Amino acid sequence: MSNLRKGKVRLLQGNEACFQGAIYAGIDFYAGYPITPSTEIAEGLARELPRIGKKFIQMEDEIGSIAAVIGASNAGAKAMTATSGPGYSLMVENIGYAYMTETPCVIVNVQRAGPSTGLPTKISQSDMMQARWGTHGDYTAIAVAPSSVRECFEETVRAFNLSERFRTPVTVLTDEVLGHMRELMTMPKPGELEVMERPKPDIPADWYRHFEMTPSMVSPMAALGEGYRYNVTGMTHDREGFPTAVPSEINEKLNKLKKKIERFADEIYKVRTEMMDDAKIAVISFGTVARATHQAIKMARERRVRVGAIQPLTIWPFPDPIISDALKNVKKIIVAELNMGQMVNEVKRIAPRNAEVFFLGRYDGEVMTPQQILDKIREVK
Amino acid sequence: MEKEAVVKEKEVQRSNVVHHYLRPKKKFPNVWCAGCGNGIVMGALIRAIDKLKLDKNDVVVVSGIGCSSRIPVYLDFNTLHTTHGRAIAFATGVKVVKPRLKVIVITGDGDAMAIGGNHFIHACRRNIDITVVLVNNKIYGMTGGQFSPTTTAGAFATTAPFGNYEKQFDIVKLASAAGASYVARGTVYHEQQLEKLIEGAIVKRGFSLVEVVSNCHTYYGRLNREGDAVAMISWMKDHAMPIQAAVKLPPEKMVGKFVTGLIHETDATEFCEEYDKLVERLKAKEAQK
Repeated sequence: MSNLRKGKVRLLQGNEACFQGAIYAGIDFYAGYPITPSTEIAEGLARELPRIGKKFIQMEDEIGSIAAVIGASNAGAKAMTATSGPGYSLMVENIGYAYMTETPCVIVNVQRAGPSTGLPTKISQSDMMQARWGTHGDYTAIAVAPSSVRECFEETVRAFNLSERFRTPVTVLTDEVLGHMRELMTMPKPGELEVMERPKPDIPADWYRHFEMTPSMVSPMAALGEGYRYNVTGMTHDREGFPTAVPSEINEKLNKLKKKIERFADEIYKVRTEMMDDAKIAVISFGTVARATHQAIKMARERRVRVGAIQPLTIWPFPDPIISDALKNVKKIIVAELNMGQMVNEVKRIAPRNAEVFFLGRYDGEVMTPQQILDKIREVK
Repeated sequence: MEKEAVVKEKEVQRSNVVHHYLRPKKKFPNVWCAGCGNGIVMGALIRAIDKLKLDKNDVVVVSGIGCSSRIPVYLDFNTLHTTHGRAIAFATGVKVVKPRLKVIVITGDGDAMAIGGNHFIHACRRNIDITVVLVNNKIYGMTGGQFSPTTTAGAFATTAPFGNYEKQFDIVKLASAAGASYVARGTVYHEQQLEKLIEGAIVKRGFSLVEVVSNCHTYYGRLNREGDAVAMISWMKDHAMPIQAAVKLPPEKMVGKFVTGLIHETDATEFCEEYDKLVERLKAKEAQK
């Protein structure tokens, strides 16, 4: 029997790989609201979760979905929701609550073109900045961006791991084409990918503080109903979780939100480089566009153009040190993305002073083609 | 004389019960105006929980934003103070993951009827086993006296300077129509009745709602010349009509009165139990294969 027939290799959509990844990571709870082009994730989990005794609920809107996810996570569950731009826009207030209350949760944003209702069935990468700056106030965000069906699976697992480890929401940024595209995928065996659990307290309840300061700055997290009886509030709070207006406690809290992630950024960054060793031109792209870039640099190399590719799989925190290191001998940088210019500003911030940065954008609902990228390479060469 | 001593002793016992459930450190004095009904609601909730002998560790109190939503912070339970209007949605996540926990939502008229109206009706419809204590003071107190979906027609508020020209929600009718299993109304004057209503709501399997008519003398009372806390609470005494008496009265005698007590009760399938049944059914099907 072939591996395909045995189920070891499967033909999956990006959205299907995403929910399969969530199951692999040990999802306990999913709450969502139908929205194109993410709906297959909810449909898949509605079918699969009751079969394994885990919880699925379709909420009345996206605000309720993320609220239920955060409630569930505080009750000890690994929790996720999936949506697209308009739904993510509705969720951002409560995502901010999750940052503030240091509640692990995963939000999948299958991007479509906006603003507003935009193009529900067309691709876009215009929510990159929203994943970083969506909610009001100061915080540091984590977002990952897969570019293949297998990566949809792997990056969802990684999103759960980062979320549980750092007690923070993590966004998985995919897009309409990736979500609906089908590819063969070898299903990872149990144990093949790392699955992490949130830090739990090992001290008596009387000693427990829900936002304790630790060397890693991540506080062990007891679940509701485990005997710890803590308070959770979206108001700026002290280590015990009670509202505070003391400047030193406010500073400590906000610094914790930022530093608990930034101090371990090296372990969060994930960047793929291709043919960068001798490259004079670099093409930087993420998600679906990185696939076109892969083709385009091959075509350019055949024409003896020394060009390489850089693809951040961790999109936030933006992998500054890794990308600037890869760029150090590069004279020309092309940033290709499906928006009017978001990642390009991050690249400009870290590009070597003697390198020129060019922007290649597309926002008409169509995919970026290898030819487009090749044309740009020839233009700037 | 002796009788007085007994009454006094009883009062001491009642307040000792409350102390057993409060978080003493750092949290007091509370944020409420002197005379606010929120303290009475908090006391009634504590006594109801004490009477039921619930384990503190098994009680989760969830709230949104507003004056009444500050109640959980003072309580020694598992407490979640969430975002404006969303308490019931947060509570839904908690309940679905851990159905054994007693999940109680404390909310207000603005929190649950305006910004959180959608979550409210859908939780009623799902009949999920959550108890909602909705403190209705007919105004947005924390932001300084704006009209809410329950502000009386013609009443004044800072955003209704010429009198409120909107209509009001009847919270009890709304919850009953949306599918709640237990719908009651109490007041902060009738404290002992309130205690019993909350107790009944916690025991009831399915979605239960206790609307508590409360006073905001600071804003509603002042803007509408309804007097101080004592005057507003006395008004409740004079205008509340227990459901047992109300059903016997002709409609003309009910003008200006409002009904209190357990107004609507049904038995319907509960969300978490239905989900568990589905899981069992799928398990049995799998075992047959």
